[in-house]
Amino acid sequence: MSSGQLPRWVDFGLIPVLNLIAAFLVSGLVVLLIGENPLEAVRILLWGSLGFGEGVGFTLFYATNFIFTGLAVAVAFHAGLFNIGGEGQAYIGGLGVAWACLALDHYVPWWVTMPFALAGAAIMGAAWAFIPAWLQAKRGSHVVITTIMFNFIAAALMNYLLVNIMVKPGSMQPETRTFEAGGKLPFLKEFVPGIDFGTAPVNLALIIALLASVAVWLIVWRTRLGYEIRAFGANATAAVYAGISPVRVIVITMLISGGLAGMMAINEIMGSQHRLLLEFVTGYGFVGIAVALMGRAHPVGIVLAAILFGMLYQGGAELSFEKPAITRDMIIVIQGLVILFAGALEHMFRPALIQFFTYSRSPAEQAG
Amino acid sequence: MKNLFAKTLAGFGALILAGTAAVADPAIVYSVGGKFDGSFNESAYAGVQRFENDFKTKVREFELERDAQSLQALRNFASRGNEPVVAIGFNQASSVTQAAKEFPDTSFAIVDMVVDAPNVASYVFKENEGAYIAGLLAAMASKTGTVGFVGGMDIPIIRRFLCGYQLGAHSVDPDIKVLYNMAGTTPAAFADPARGAELARSQIGRGADVIIQAAGGTGIGVLQAVADAGVLGIGTDSNQNGLHPGHVLTSIRKRVDNAVYDSFKTARDGDFKPGVRVLGLADGGMDWVLDDNNKSLVTQEMIAAADAAVTGISTGKIKVHDILTDGACPQP
Repeated sequence: MSSGQLPRWVDFGLIPVLNLIAAFLVSGLVVLLIGENPLEAVRILLWGSLGFGEGVGFTLFYATNFIFTGLAVAVAFHAGLFNIGGEGQAYIGGLGVAWACLALDHYVPWWVTMPFALAGAAIMGAAWAFIPAWLQAKRGSHVVITTIMFNFIAAALMNYLLVNIMVKPGSMQPETRTFEAGGKLPFLKEFVPGIDFGTAPVNLALIIALLASVAVWLIVWRTRLGYEIRAFGANATAAVYAGISPVRVIVITMLISGGLAGMMAINEIMGSQHRLLLEFVTGYGFVGIAVALMGRAHPVGIVLAAILFGMLYQGGAELSFEKPAITRDMIIVIQGLVILFAGALEHMFRPALIQFFTYSRSPAEQAG
Repeated sequence: MKNLFAKTLAGFGALILAGTAAVADPAIVYSVGGKFDGSFNESAYAGVQRFENDFKTKVREFELERDAQSLQALRNFASRGNEPVVAIGFNQASSVTQAAKEFPDTSFAIVDMVVDAPNVASYVFKENEGAYIAGLLAAMASKTGTVGFVGGMDIPIIRRFLCGYQLGAHSVDPDIKVLYNMAGTTPAAFADPARGAELARSQIGRGADVIIQAAGGTGIGVLQAVADAGVLGIGTDSNQNGLHPGHVLTSIRKRVDNAVYDSFKTARDGDFKPGVRVLGLADGGMDWVLDDNNKSLVTQEMIAAADAAVTGISTGKIKVHDILTDGACPQP
């Protein structure tokens, strides 16, 4: 009964579900307030995200992004680091993907380009996390401050590159040329027979994301490095006393974290947009924080939370399409409530549950 | 055979849905800024409202939250029998191309980009021409010989506007100084009035006494700072003369509303024509506003000069450099 004296199923199952229900109840009130039927809204949201092939496809597509950014935040969590620079790391990761695709797409098939694009994404994302990591490790500059600053530097750098250097000549929009077939990941519907995802851009990156989840699990819970990361995160002083190098742990953890965030670009750039463009990250890096919180920094939880946020993104779009009164800003309110309840108010139900379970488990002890 | 059956079924579905939503309501998909962005999308929304009022009908609307939704939204509208389906913003071009191919019997329109398909009407604007008039008026109104430009995000479309502005100013006075700043490198640069005001104040400090904003929401701050300092500003996209009467020299309008209205109306009248429409000063696609709020600021001489320039550009006598087709902006 280590973490908070609660059985694991309560900690990882019941609490997130309770938080979610609370979030939806409050959202329901908001929907009621603007004069729509909340049950109808829930029905459209579920149907829009899971009810038909294309909806499922879009849900999974968004979920892929969230898995990468969620894992990135989670790995850093385990070392007690709060990497909120996923946004910038993913953005720069896109640069790595685009370089690989632009250089190779004319000459080789996609499966030759893919490893280079993956490496490019991970290396660029990791490189973008390296400076904050090094500053934290050597100078004690807090990563929360430096990583968020690096988001802005990333935006400025990408803007400069896309407007001045990489832009397709004569184009109104700052973006590179569209990749040829050699720079496009195959859509899932092309190699999974019998599934129709319509126009949804869900692609091979989903499989890569799931593999990455397994890899994160292996690294964090089954390697010596993972042990060092968790030990350092649990008690940095004790970890140093035990001979763990804080510089090594901080830098390596942030590199892994940045690399994972950077790999999000594979899904967007090589899997869906097929060109590098401005602002393709649009908040996935930040939502990754909520995904990691909700998924309890565990890969299984993150995949589930990512699917939930994918549903909110896709179902939300369908909802605002069907019900013009529920604008896209309302959808953001609902997403915000989920983040609020799942993240910030994570411990709201905890004391009551602890009381309940302690009491029901050992009434004798309580009495005695 | 199966395909045909599915198509027929889909057709019936569309008929039923269209039947409940009154046949052939037009539809519009706004770009990511949202329909109340105070500039580009809002201008489109003005066209929607005008059409709704004139014809007592409803227009189906959708605001994109991210570009990935564009194709989905266009298909949704097309499959429900909405017509025409108008897409606002150049980012939707690839989606319109795709949707137009999938629904060859539905008419589409796109604003700010050219899509070459037999059922798509493309509306593009010559912003550089409007900017030229702004530069000309600014230079004539300036007493210090220095005018300013505050742009939003540093992207080609804003640079093109800047180039037109510089050329217009230099056409009046080859020695005039044109100060310019961009508010930032992210889309937030279009929604930061505080930063706009700060940039405007710095330009005023360096001697600028007429400043144009090409920065969406950020520009509201520019006009505020200009009014506070007692100098002149120039509005863009919609008529902003009334924001600070007496302190806004004029507004350069981009008539997205006309483009939207035109596409709705032609489709309603049954004479929808695909193809490219380039809207500039000549056809009222771009214009500058003279109303009660600024008539005391604009002299007869300025009106005459601006009208002459409009005529010159319309007849092709004056060619305004376009950085997208003609390369880098010529510096005097």
